[in-house]
Parts: sequence; structure tokens; C-alpha cells
Amino acid sequence: MANISANFLGIKSPNPFWLASAPPTDKKYNVLRALEAGWGGIVWKTLGSQVKNVSSRYSAVDYHGSRVMGFNNIELISDRPLELNLQEIRECVKLFPDRAMIVSLMADNDRNSWHEMIAKVEDTGAHGIELNFGCPHGMNERGMGSAVGQDPEIARMVVEWVMEKATIPVITKLTPNVHSVVPTGKAVVEAGTNALSLINTIQSVTGIDLDTLIPNPNVGGQSAFGGYCGPAVKPIALKMLTTISQDAVTSRVPVSGIGGISTWKDAVEFMLLGASNVQVCTAVMKHGFRIIEDLCEGLSNWMDEKGFATLNDFIGQSVNRITKWEALDINYHIIANIHQDKCVHCGLCYIACEDTSHQSIHLEYGKPYNTYTVKTEECVGCNLCKLVCPVEDCITMDEHRKGPEYLNWTEYQRRGLPLNDH
Amino acid sequence: MAIVNNRLTAEQYNENFSDIHPPFESREAALVEANRCLFCYDAPCIKSCPTSINIPKFIKQIATDNIKGSAHTIFSANIMGGGCSKVCPVEKLCEGSCVYNLMHEKPIAIAKLQRHSTEKAISGQWRLFERKPATGKKVAIVGAGPAGLSCAHVLSREGIEVTIFEKESKGGGLMTYGIAAYKVTPQFCEDEVNYITSLGGIHIQYNKELGKNLSLPELQRDYDAVYLGIGVGVARQLDIPGETLDGVVDAIQFIYELRSKGYPAVPVGDKVAVIGLGMTAIDAATQAKRLGAKEVTIVYRRTQEEMPCTEAELEIAKLDGCKLQWLAAPKEVKGQDGKVQQLICSIMQLSAPDASGRRAPVDTGQTFTLEVDMIIKAAGQVPFEALITSEQIHHQQGKIIIKNNATNIPGVFAGGDCVNGGKEVVDAVQAGKEGAAAILEYLVGSEQLAVSNHQHK
Repeated sequence: MANISANFLGIKSPNPFWLASAPPTDKKYNVLRALEAGWGGIVWKTLGSQVKNVSSRYSAVDYHGSRVMGFNNIELISDRPLELNLQEIRECVKLFPDRAMIVSLMADNDRNSWHEMIAKVEDTGAHGIELNFGCPHGMNERGMGSAVGQDPEIARMVVEWVMEKATIPVITKLTPNVHSVVPTGKAVVEAGTNALSLINTIQSVTGIDLDTLIPNPNVGGQSAFGGYCGPAVKPIALKMLTTISQDAVTSRVPVSGIGGISTWKDAVEFMLLGASNVQVCTAVMKHGFRIIEDLCEGLSNWMDEKGFATLNDFIGQSVNRITKWEALDINYHIIANIHQDKCVHCGLCYIACEDTSHQSIHLEYGKPYNTYTVKTEECVGCNLCKLVCPVEDCITMDEHRKGPEYLNWTEYQRRGLPLNDH
Repeated sequence: MAIVNNRLTAEQYNENFSDIHPPFESREAALVEANRCLFCYDAPCIKSCPTSINIPKFIKQIATDNIKGSAHTIFSANIMGGGCSKVCPVEKLCEGSCVYNLMHEKPIAIAKLQRHSTEKAISGQWRLFERKPATGKKVAIVGAGPAGLSCAHVLSREGIEVTIFEKESKGGGLMTYGIAAYKVTPQFCEDEVNYITSLGGIHIQYNKELGKNLSLPELQRDYDAVYLGIGVGVARQLDIPGETLDGVVDAIQFIYELRSKGYPAVPVGDKVAVIGLGMTAIDAATQAKRLGAKEVTIVYRRTQEEMPCTEAELEIAKLDGCKLQWLAAPKEVKGQDGKVQQLICSIMQLSAPDASGRRAPVDTGQTFTLEVDMIIKAAGQVPFEALITSEQIHHQQGKIIIKNNATNIPGVFAGGDCVNGGKEVVDAVQAGKEGAAAILEYLVGSEQLAVSNHQHK
């Protein structure tokens, strides 16, 4: 059996799955239920400035009959009394000493406010602090949250204040509402943050009620930009994580991966791209804390199959598999192959290729079933047919190299090989 | 043993004749199924529908909450798409060719989805079609069955005034009079006919029967063209001794009474034999059982391999408790005081396959006897040969011969069961469309023909 216990900046947890700072972690009741269910750690919902929430707060994007492909919220940081939160954090730490307890913070923008908050949090026995530089709704209008994370110099300044005071590890949570997460990431690492976490939510409008014409979530006939998360944002999060993992400065600190993680597979992908652990929210908001069981079991079984004994054996292994386009091998060539024994004659490969790609699939009319075959000389190996095919392994992309040696774009140009020749 | 009516309570009749294929209970339930559809290109289901309904399109439209568009897609190809969603043998047609079958998964519930859209359209009386400006042309249609109604709808949309002459007092043809009530209720049939005629330009004159109070020359004189969609008539004779005894009835007549008189009024025996194993035989057998017959035996001279009904239909009969007597051919009906008492059957065996691969039943010389008090004949229907002959229409054993949907008489067209000898409702609807296209070409010329029924096959 693989060992899935995690050690993040010395903060230990029996598994690498933390609950992200969000509604599921805003009070003792939920947090104890999560810890009883088996979650490895908690990032307590952000404490800090005084707020007042509105109703409604959430909206979602459904896709093809599936609920909550993407999730959006306009809820602010914790709206409970600070002292109550601190008391409950203290109690939870005592009840579950083997789990990680991180407290998310967002103080008003002055040194004293941050120092006061840090002192209060450390007094609870919490193991770490996460700085919320990412919230993209409400708080940012008051110069906090993503307003901090979007400006590397402001972020640097706040982290410097924090590091003056903090004696427990500090994680800085980055906002994706920027063209690149690297400048802020660099600034806060240089300012001394012990770790990074990403991504926070992405500003969004999830949709509009076509009867009332009011965008959602509807707050008395109006809406506001919310923070988007859930499975829909995972690819964006993975890309941003990769840029952090590949940068010389930001890669010096561990990263906690966040963004649409719903299954153990998602978690493994974040870890392969450099995350030391992961944080989950939307998936539990849809299904409850019980999903921790399969997260752990799936991860453990996969590690056993792959021969990984500990998390460190595979963390970061795919980071250098993402390169610049110009380093890709032009001689690598694949051609679609439709396996007739598996084909169900749905024609989806044909119409996708015919209408939108390279007209590389031949249709032989039949009643009721047409036969589809690949015109190998036309196929550019784009994957589209395979992606739309509903049958696993019915279409394989078989390797037919154009040449034996690795040949990238720079070398291709240097040799004066033909361009625009398709 | 006796043939009597009023065997059950009102509640029992209600339960026995309620809808056998209930609709989706909610929008969500329909969405789950609609979203399973792969949206195949040049889809096998379309090619397996005689009316070529664009099935992936209408299902996609359900999935996008465009129910109105979905109903329009269905009705454009098949104006009886509502009724067809309830009576089509879909496992032999669209659902039978769904690609999910090739994955060994349940096919998309196409009929149920089609019903979901069409029922909303019919009950909501959605106006989905507009008539083109009047052409000044008039067409007479004989028979308000699926072929006639389908033909009428296309013609009316093209700006032609249509009068349908129907011998019964209700429209719908066999849909109304010849199909089990648990598949389509009498009320639905009436609503469907009304929905079709609500387009305007279609006038139905009931109780007008060709050869009785209606003549073809009259119609030819008063109208620019005539379409015959007269269907087929009574059940095929068994041509065995005792056939005229009391208690030997015609399946079509039996179902007709059931559909027109109400269930309690229809008498049924204690022990019933049904001859044949087509859809009508199944409908007669199951409904005899549902009317309160104690024992129903279906007698078929071949085996399950050759049976004309679908597996699903056979399953309904079995679930209703009907017995099956395979490889049995009726030989003689015996009775007392003019009433049926016994059905003597020959035991058959199948010959070696002939050139066409079909194995003919051969009499083994052995017999067995069924004690029965009622025999329902459902071994096919006979065309109106005498009527067609007297109108000097060319035919082959009573089936009207057509060329490009036209009979030998100029301006007289025909289609549906009276041409093919009896097929599915959906085939008759397609025949009606094709007949309408031919009439339009005859009346206004092909260059103005806007209705395209000729999808590639």
C-alpha cells in the first residue's frame, strides 16, 4: 500500500487533500464533519475585515445534462464574529491534532491590522496561515483580495508585513485574474512567503435567466461579477500552476494546488505539475465530504499500480513535459486509424473532420450504417476524430514519423525546409 | 362457457386499458434521455424511419429546451408523429438501428422522446405550420386514415383546398379503429385528427363511403385530383369448416367495436383463440384478455423465428397471460347449436428453406383440439378488391397498382394500405406525403414544388 501522507512545510496530514478556504470551512460544525469523514486538512474560511453578505450568492453552469460543471459565488469572507471563529479553530485543532489547520486571512490594508490578525490566529494553535490575495468579488472593490494579488508591489508589501510577525508557515494564495500569475508569485516569494497556493476563483458571469433577462446569481434584480470555480476551471489552473512550477523564483517554494479538483485523477494531475498537495471545494459543495474516501483510495491504488511509494515519488514529474511550442518535434506524425470492429457508425468523426478539419475521412454510404475510413494521406494527426468518437479505442492515432530524428522549429527553419506546404 | 360483455368493474377496465407506455414524468427525465443521444451524423435512426424524421435534431432540440422546434422537426416529416410515437414498432425501426445497440447499451428511447414533444404540441395546440397563399386548386381524398391525413396536410400547406371523405364517423383510420386502446386512447386519436385539420383548408365529410354514397366519377368531376387512401378491409378468411359459427369474429371488427362502443359493451368469450401473430393478432389477444377472457391462446402456424410481430409485442401478450401455440394451423371449427365449441388445429412443421430462405409450414397430419367459445381471426386483412375492380382501377389481387403514386385513371392517385396491402401507420404517412408530392406536380408543375419529400434513401 502506498503512503499517501503529506508534509507541507512541516505541516503533516494523513493525506494530501485539504478543504479550501470557502463556505465548507467557515465553522466548527462543518469542519468537524469534514475531519470525521477523513479530510487531511482544513483551510478555514477567510477571517479579517468586517463584512455583510447578500442573498442569493451562488450560481452554476450545467453542461449536457450534468449539473455544476462550473460554479460561481459572490459570497464574501467569513461574516461570523472573529472571536467565535478563533475559539472554534482552537477547539478543532485540539480535537484533531493529526490534521492540518490553516487559517485564511484578509486584513484591512495596514500593517497593524495584519499583525493583530496574525497574533490572534497563532494563539489558536493553527499550523499555518494562507493569505487571501485572490477573492475577485466585493472585497476587491475595497482594495483587498484580488486587488492585492493583481499588483505585485502591493502584494510584496503585505507579505513583508506578514513575515515580520508570523512564526508559523505562510502560504500566499494567488489570483488568476491576471495575464500571468508569475509576477505576483515572484514578488511574494521574494518577500518571504513560505509557499504559494493557486488558483483562486476567476471573475465570471455564469448566465442569464432568459425569462427575466437578469443575470445570475440574482440579487433583487441585479447581479455582480462572481468568482468561477469547479471542473470548468481546472485546465486554466493547471496552466497557471505549470508557469509557477517552471519559474526559477516561484519554483523555490512548495505549491498547494487548487482549481476544479473533483477526483483523485484531478489531484494527481495537479501534483504531476508540481503541487505538493491539493485543496478542494466545489466538489464537496456538490456532493458533501464523503468524496474524500474515493480521493484517498483512488490515489493509493494508482500509486500502487505505478510503483510510487510516497507522494514525493511523482510530484512534479510532468513539469518538464510542457515546453515551448518551438521545441516540439516536427517529425513526430500520427495518423488516425478507425478500427472497424469497434465502430458504431455514428458518423461523428466524419462530420467533425469534414466540416471543420481536413476532410480526411471517407464516407461509404450504407443503410442504415455508413462505413467510415481514414484517408491516410490527408490526415494531419489533429486528434479531433478521436476526441469526438464515443467508443473508447475505436480510433487510435498511430505513429508514422516523417523522419527518424528530432527536428524542432528552430532547426527546421535553419535548414530552410518548406513552409505552408499542406 | 359463454361470450358475454360487462365482465369487469369500471376500475378494472380503466386499469386494463390505461397507457402501456407512460410518458416522461418531467422535463428533467426527458433531458437525461435526450442528453444520452450522440447526435449521430447521417444517423441510422433517420434511415430506419419510413418518414425520415430528423431524429437526432429533434432530440437535440429537446435537450436545448426548444420543444417547439422539436415538435416542428417531427411534424414536418410525419404529421402523425404523435400517434406514431405510440404505435410504431420502433424496435424494428428507429430504435432498432440506434448505434447504442452496437455498444450493447439500451437504445435511445426515441419514441418516448417523440411523444414528449408531440403531446405538448397537440395538447397546447401549437400552431407550427402556415398555409401558403391559395392556389385555387381542390383535391378530394378518400379515407381519413394516416395516408389521407398526411396527404391532406401537405397539400393544404401548399395552398390547396382539401376535402376528405371518410366512411366512419371519426377520422384516424386504423389508428382510431384498429389498434389496441392501451397504445393510443380514443381521445388522443380524436385530438390528433383535430390538430392536423387545425391547419385549415382540410374539410372532413364523415359517413361518406366510396361505392355507397360517394362515386369516383363525381369526385373526378368536382375536384382537380383525387387521392385514394382507403386502406384494407376485413380479416382474411380461414376457409375452413365451421368458420360461420357464432363466436368466430374478425379481429379488425373486434377492435373496431372495442374502440367505438366502449369496453364494457364488447362481449368476449371465456376461452378465446386468436389466429395469427401480427400486430393486430397481438392487439386482439391482449385486449380479449383485458376485457376479462379467462384464457386466450394465440395460434400461429410458424415459430417465433418467423413471427411478424416484434419481440416487444410478444412480450406484452405473454405478460397479459396469453398462451402461445406455435406450429399450429386452424383446420376446423366445431360447435353446437350454431355456437363455437372447439378449434381443431393441424400440427405443422417447417420445411427446409426455399430459395428466398423462407421456411414454409407443412402439415404433419396430426391434430389437437382447443376447447374455445370464441375465435378471433387475425391472419391478415383483405383489400377492397370488388370496390376497386368496379371503379376500373388496375390492381393486383386487390392491391391498387400505382406508378409515381398515380393509378391508371388520370388525376386519381393512391397510397397506403390499399396499395401495399397493409403495413405500419408510419408507412402510410410516408405514402401520403409522396402522394401529395405527386399531386402537386400534377396540379402546379414540378418547378413550383416546394415540398421536398424525396430525401435520399
